[in-house]
Amino acid sequence: MNWLLVVAGAVVGAPLRYLTDRAVQARHDSVFPWGTFVVNVAACLLLGVLAGAVLAGAGSSRVDLLLGTGLCGALSTYSTFSYETLRLAERGRRFLAAANVSASVLAGLGAVTLGSQVARQLFA
Amino acid sequence: MTRPVPGAEAIDPDVDLHVPAQRAEPQGRVLAAVAAGGALGASARYGLALLWPAAPGAFPWATFWTNASGCALIGVLMVLISEGGRSAPHPLVRPFAGVGVLGGFTTFSTYAVDFSRLLDEGEAQAALAYAGLTVAAALGAVWAAASVTRLALGRRGRR
Repeated sequence: MNWLLVVAGAVVGAPLRYLTDRAVQARHDSVFPWGTFVVNVAACLLLGVLAGAVLAGAGSSRVDLLLGTGLCGALSTYSTFSYETLRLAERGRRFLAAANVSASVLAGLGAVTLGSQVARQLFA
Repeated sequence: MTRPVPGAEAIDPDVDLHVPAQRAEPQGRVLAAVAAGGALGASARYGLALLWPAAPGAFPWATFWTNASGCALIGVLMVLISEGGRSAPHPLVRPFAGVGVLGGFTTFSTYAVDFSRLLDEGEAQAALAYAGLTVAAALGAVWAAASVTRLALGRRGRR
């Protein structure tokens, strides 16, 4: 049952990353990987909300497996993020590579904190 | 030197609209391949987390190694796909293995939540070490894996 919840979340999360990435790139032509940045920050925000709800006592392990481990885990990606950073550096865009790392890490951590704080107060 | 195949200029391994072939990708089959790969990758990540649970306040090794190994694997995969030589790989290889399996296996959101949890537990040093070590391991792994794969391809190409 638990595996099925993870699979159900991932079956939605991974294609959602692909489609969001396409949509962002179609509207915003840039060398900077905005598509991956957007999915990673969005997944961090959602997982922060889930973590905050658990801390406030409103979480359930099933929701956590479906939306956290499955959906957010598959929506966000470390492999795409690191490969993009490598490609930017290889193409001489070292500043963009460094900006991608610092912006992704800071925005991801910020999104988790924001989501968790809001959820803790809403679900308390 | 091996001949680059279409897509070698891409920055984003998931999908890069600067590559005409990826712009025109058939969405139905590609989405199915991404979903199937994502289910496999996420299941593998969940399995590792069950085998190697992190105690409260402890360093989240399962997520760390998941992300580091997934980054190494994408380095190998993308070099094989984009610089692998004569024939272009099957068009569903990148969506299934790269976008799906490796994208579903690795996770940025759990990384960020692990960091925030360590902070909440009063483990600021461990939180900062985890944040920095994961970035260093991920970037080191993708760079080393891509370099080794290129060396291996170059050696084979000269034979």
